[in-house]
Order: sequence, then structure tokens, then C-alpha cells
Amino acid sequence: MSPRDPVTDEIRRRQRARATVMALALGAFVVLLYFITIARVGGQG
Amino acid sequence: MTTGTLNQAHALPAEWRDFVALTKPRVMSLVVFTGLAGLLVAPVALHPVLAFTAVLCIALGAGAAAALNQWYEADLDALMKRTASRPIPAGRMAPESALHFGVGLGVFSVLLMGLATNWFTAAILAVSILFYVFVYTIWLKRRTPQNIVIGGAAGAFPPLIGWAAATGQADTLPLLLFALIFLWTPPHFWALSLFVRSDYAKAGVPMLPVVAGARATRVQILLYALPMAAVAVAPWPLGLAGPLYGFAAIVLSAAFLLLALQVLANRSADPAAMKPEKRLFAFSILYLFALFGALVADKALLS
Repeated sequence: MSPRDPVTDEIRRRQRARATVMALALGAFVVLLYFITIARVGGQG
Repeated sequence: MTTGTLNQAHALPAEWRDFVALTKPRVMSLVVFTGLAGLLVAPVALHPVLAFTAVLCIALGAGAAAALNQWYEADLDALMKRTASRPIPAGRMAPESALHFGVGLGVFSVLLMGLATNWFTAAILAVSILFYVFVYTIWLKRRTPQNIVIGGAAGAFPPLIGWAAATGQADTLPLLLFALIFLWTPPHFWALSLFVRSDYAKAGVPMLPVVAGARATRVQILLYALPMAAVAVAPWPLGLAGPLYGFAAIVLSAAFLLLALQVLANRSADPAAMKPEKRLFAFSILYLFALFGALVADKALLS
């Protein structure tokens, strides 16, 4: 088994953290868009 | 080896926290507060979800402008003690990452604002971001000591945006609030630039204390504070706000003028002896928070 490169580990850690934050932000955006649609449709009713 | 040099040496991707830092969250809090106040004092109540989205878009727009400002000014930031630890000059983030993030966030905030509220508000938000980036950062900041006088308009838009999000139009009160922040900006920044003058001089930024000296800057602070105080009080006699706001505006503006007079009386050029300037700078932030808070409280009482 080859030893792990600490730089590669750090790159992976940062990529994982950024991907997690991005996924959370996208999820929040989808939820927000849903409620915006409800609010706008309700306002027109 | 510092994190910065490690990042440069191995081209590590920036931490997500550095993208947050790029949006200047502390500056954003005042922008969000004044935007929220503009929204709350508007005569039309906006659906809570749409109001939340409008304030979010103001925050994201301010964050985008801050990111683009730091992308363009990385060379200046590296020369100043106050800004050298920001993500780009510290080597924790590639400049193009900040550029892509800033443009993306700016476009996203404007489109979301248009979809959630109205396109007039989205247009004002777009103008405020473009004004901050192109007029203040790129055009004025390195060329003239009047940089923050004209550039201050960019920070004055949030109450107008908040009001427009609720009503779909501009009116006398939000225009007065715009004028208030516009006139507040020079005394606020000049108080700061007096005690960090050497930083600006080192970076070659022509701030007023660097170009015209401390005495002229202290006079200008008072000259801007006077019309600022008049505009702050104006909504009350004009019938646009009630006595609670009027009382708060008079007391807070009197305190602001008193501190500006103390700055004028100070003759020292040594930053260590610039307590009046530091007091005025700190109070100016509290002043705007308290004034807009009083306006919202006044509106709540009246209704």
C-alpha cells in the first residue's frame, strides 16, 4: 500500500467541504424557489 | 510554511470559508439592516417569504460587489496591513476564483430579486453592484480623493431597494434615506482614513488625508456631517416619520456633530493620539443602526 500524500488529502478534504456547502446551498435554493412560487401564486389568487 | 504559501505552492483549492470572507460579512450586516429597514417602513407589506428573499438578494448583491472589489484590488490589499490577510493577497485563493464567484453571485442575486419581487428593484440592485465595481473600485478609487464621496452612493442603495421591493417604485422617504447614507459615508470613511493614513499612503490610494492632509479632512468631515444631520432629521418635519424617529434623529445627529467637532479640534497627526477619530468612526456605525432602528420602531408605533 503506498503512503498517502498529505497534499492530495488536503485537496480532497477541501473539495469535499466545498461540494457539501454547494449541495446545501442548492438544496436551500430549491426550497426557497418552491416557497417563492407559492407566495407569488397565492398573491395573484 | 504558512497556509498562503502552501496554497500557492500546490495550487490548493480555496476553503469555502474564504469565499464567505470575500463577501465582507461585517460590512454586509449594515447593508442588510438598512435594506430591511427600507422594506419594513414601506407602506405596502410584502409576503414574508418574498421579503426574506429581497433581503437575501441585497446581501448576496453586496457580497458579489465585495468579492469583485477584492479581485480588482488584490494588489492594493497586499500593501495595507488592514487588508493583507484577505483571501487573495494572503495567497489562499486564486484571483480568477474570486472573479467567477463575484460575477456568478451578482447575476444570481439580480435574477432572484427580479423573480421574487419586481424587475425595477432588480435593476436598482444591478446598478448598485455595477456602480460599486466600475465607478468606485475601477474608476475613482485610485484616481481622486473624492472616491468615497461619489462611490458612497453604492452603499446608499439598500433602503431604496428594500422600499422598491415592497412598493415597486421609489418615493421621497427612501430617497431621503439614500441621501442620508450618501452624506454619512464621507465622514465615516474619512474618520477611518485619518488613523490608517499611512496604510493608504503606502498603497498609493489618494484618500483625502493623504492628498490634502489631516486638517482639511477634519474640516470636510464636519462640512458633510452638517447636511447629513439635516437630512437625518428631515423625515420628521416633512411628515414622513413620527416624533419617536424625530427625537432619535435629533439626539443621534447632535452626538455625531459633537464628535465631528472633537475631531476638528484635534491637531494631532499621530494615529495613537486620534481617539476622537476612532470614536467618531465607531459611533458612525452605531448611528446608522440606531437611526434606521428608530425609523422602523416609529413606523411600528404609528401603525
